[in-house]
Amino acid sequence: MSSKRLRKLKEWWIEKAILLSGIFSVVFVLLIFLFLLREGFSLFRGESVADFLFGKSWYPISDPPRFGILPLILGSLLVTLGAAAISVPIGLAAALFIAEIAPGRLKEGLKAGIELLAAIPSVVIGFIGMITLGPWIKNLFHIPTGLTALTGSVTLAFMAMPTIVSIAEDAITAVPRQYREAAVAMGATKWQTTWRIVARAARPGMVAAVMLGIGRVIGETMAVMMVTGNAATIPHSILQPVRTLTATIAAEMGESVQGGAHYAALFAIGIVLFVITFLINGVADLYLHRSRR
Amino acid sequence: MVNRATKFSIQGLHVQYGGMYALRDLNLEIAANEIFTVIGPANSGKSTFLNSLNRLIDLEAHSRVSGMIRLDGIDIRAGLEVEALRRKVGIVFALPLPLPVSIYENVVYGLRMQGVRDAKSLDAAVERSLIESYLWEEVKDRLRTPAMNLSGGQQQRLCMARILAGQPDVLLFDEPTSGLDPISTARIEETMLVLKEKYTIVLVTNNVAQAARVGDRTAFFLMGEMIEVSETSTMFTTPADSRTSDYITGKFG
Amino acid sequence: MNPRLSQKIAFSLLFLATLLVVLPVVVILAIIVAKGASAISWEFLFSMPRDGMRAGGILPAILGTLYLVLGAVLFAVPLGVAAAVYLVEYSGNNRFSRLVKLAIVNLAGVPSVVYGLFGLGIFVIFFRFGASILSGALTLGIMILPVIITSSREALESVPRHFRTVSLSLGASRWQTIRHSVLPHALPGIMTGMILGLGRAAGETAPILFTVAAFYLPRLPQSVFDQTMALPYHLYVISTQVPGIPENVRYGTALVLLTLVLLLNLAAIILRSRFRGKKKW
Repeated sequence: MSSKRLRKLKEWWIEKAILLSGIFSVVFVLLIFLFLLREGFSLFRGESVADFLFGKSWYPISDPPRFGILPLILGSLLVTLGAAAISVPIGLAAALFIAEIAPGRLKEGLKAGIELLAAIPSVVIGFIGMITLGPWIKNLFHIPTGLTALTGSVTLAFMAMPTIVSIAEDAITAVPRQYREAAVAMGATKWQTTWRIVARAARPGMVAAVMLGIGRVIGETMAVMMVTGNAATIPHSILQPVRTLTATIAAEMGESVQGGAHYAALFAIGIVLFVITFLINGVADLYLHRSRR
Repeated sequence: MVNRATKFSIQGLHVQYGGMYALRDLNLEIAANEIFTVIGPANSGKSTFLNSLNRLIDLEAHSRVSGMIRLDGIDIRAGLEVEALRRKVGIVFALPLPLPVSIYENVVYGLRMQGVRDAKSLDAAVERSLIESYLWEEVKDRLRTPAMNLSGGQQQRLCMARILAGQPDVLLFDEPTSGLDPISTARIEETMLVLKEKYTIVLVTNNVAQAARVGDRTAFFLMGEMIEVSETSTMFTTPADSRTSDYITGKFG
Repeated sequence: MNPRLSQKIAFSLLFLATLLVVLPVVVILAIIVAKGASAISWEFLFSMPRDGMRAGGILPAILGTLYLVLGAVLFAVPLGVAAAVYLVEYSGNNRFSRLVKLAIVNLAGVPSVVYGLFGLGIFVIFFRFGASILSGALTLGIMILPVIITSSREALESVPRHFRTVSLSLGASRWQTIRHSVLPHALPGIMTGMILGLGRAAGETAPILFTVAAFYLPRLPQSVFDQTMALPYHLYVISTQVPGIPENVRYGTALVLLTLVLLLNLAAIILRSRFRGKKKW
């Protein structure tokens, strides 16, 4: 039966292709890291890692150039902390509302709305932030420019919220019903149950939600580049322009010479970002697994 | 009992799930064209035994099987491709599990997978197997409608037709009437009695009376061991082991 | 405090927080529609930019985005669905499948600008594709791979186990079982993931910055090795890089991009809820 043998052969190839596709996703992660290293590593022939990470000046095109990314790290940190301060309480509260309080149809509507918020391209959010939020902050604080770390924080807070809300909402919904029934049976109000029992049981998932939200903020590029003013100096106030790691890559890659030190430095920033997000996602994943158990 | 050819011969069959024995040292012969029934309480190894006969047991991630099972003298592991084995040894599950396609497509599924494309032979197989499972008259005008719309009893007979379409040797029934009403159950049992003229039937049931009604020979399983096997009439009148008599008289189970 | 009262206050606060999350969507949409609608015309959608992008249309950006998105999906869907099939149907829970899952989680978390660097390093430079549609589409494709894999996995896992058991028990091989009794029933879920991937790829800017996007290219690309304009990058350019662009052109461009992306996402949401509602098993 040759047709049967032909089929067996075809299936053998299909199954190998499927296995290969599984392998590919691992390969891509490795390749990303490898290519960042390949392009970025040459920087460290002339520069020590400590000077790169903790150097206070980022003057990539002066002579001699200075490649200290401390101002950029602090810029990212400031914007991220500000965004977290806004989005974490609001996001977790919204997750509790959607998971525990909102009735059926409202719940579906809100979830769809949040999904749409997540879908808005970051360049659109940056555009709106730049045009509406920027002038508003400028007038409110009487400062020379509205493109500041604070503007970035507010803008990014909205981009982090969909991540925080949807993952926290999943974690809260996954809390077994018996917990709630037991609490209500002992005479607790719905709010007491939500706050003392459900929110506590869902804590690992909520931690993961916050971490993934922060991961999204750190990695965000276009919006942050459009609203933070892009001054590569060490920030002293949240009302100053700052420049983040991501924005630096996006803004300067076009001007750098391929293979040059500036080019390598931008890839080295990519390595830093990759490592940071790798750690955040790894830890968040651990928490997610814990919450599932 | 008339002397019949041996269909299945099982020697020293052990099945473990992650270190726990589900079936221990089973030695048994099943004759062609008999209805061989297996009774026993839950977790006695009945279903494990059934799933070993068509190697569905291989799907269980942590199962380990040792021993020898021969079908018509051929080792079912070394001598047959697993797809061919499963076509020869069809199974009807405890719940009616039609695929979510039409009645027609359910019946021809196995044939299509074998590469049969010719519409005439598919049509013929559908008619033949639905007649054999006593479903033809009820569904012949709506073969293209979803199988999910049939009643539970009809679905279970469709599942029988689905196997019969592939012209098997052996039919395995895994508590096939546990979800059905008494009338549907009676029809399935009648069908089995007719089918045994052509096929060998292995019936696992937790309904002792069903075994008494349809079984030629009956085995009693308890905690992974076969306690006794004999002609059904013998087992239900003079069981050799006290545990067997306790079980069939309803002292436990 | 009275527990009833504190419940009321708490619920009101939670509701307020929820409003704060959802309202921006409405506000952003309202602003962009209000200020951008006047720019939308036949000419705006279907003609070339003129006068240093200050007039004319945005056709090359729209087409460029469509090419990139199609290319990304052509690359990522077969690969992603196959990887999901591997994870759900073949691997069980072995060590390698856990590694694959971890890799997917991390792919999903890699910042989009890092994808841009990667695309620059591997496709533009290493494979010498240059800044081209091919490089950009492949970069976007790898970026949306986690979206495709994750939703395909969910879709495959939602197909009941007994479909597989029944199919195998009827003598079907493993691949036949997947092909005929699993994939057809997972298809709507896989489609959902594909559309979400489309939407994501259409809106991203950072990955295409160094791999394909052209600042100003008033002609249509002729091959996959050409550069092209793209909607999100065009919006970035006209809102930050070029002075004197009329406001309604900027809002109009934002409106076109937003409509494209939100329609795709809405389609995915509807398809998914139908799929979940229709399941008979």
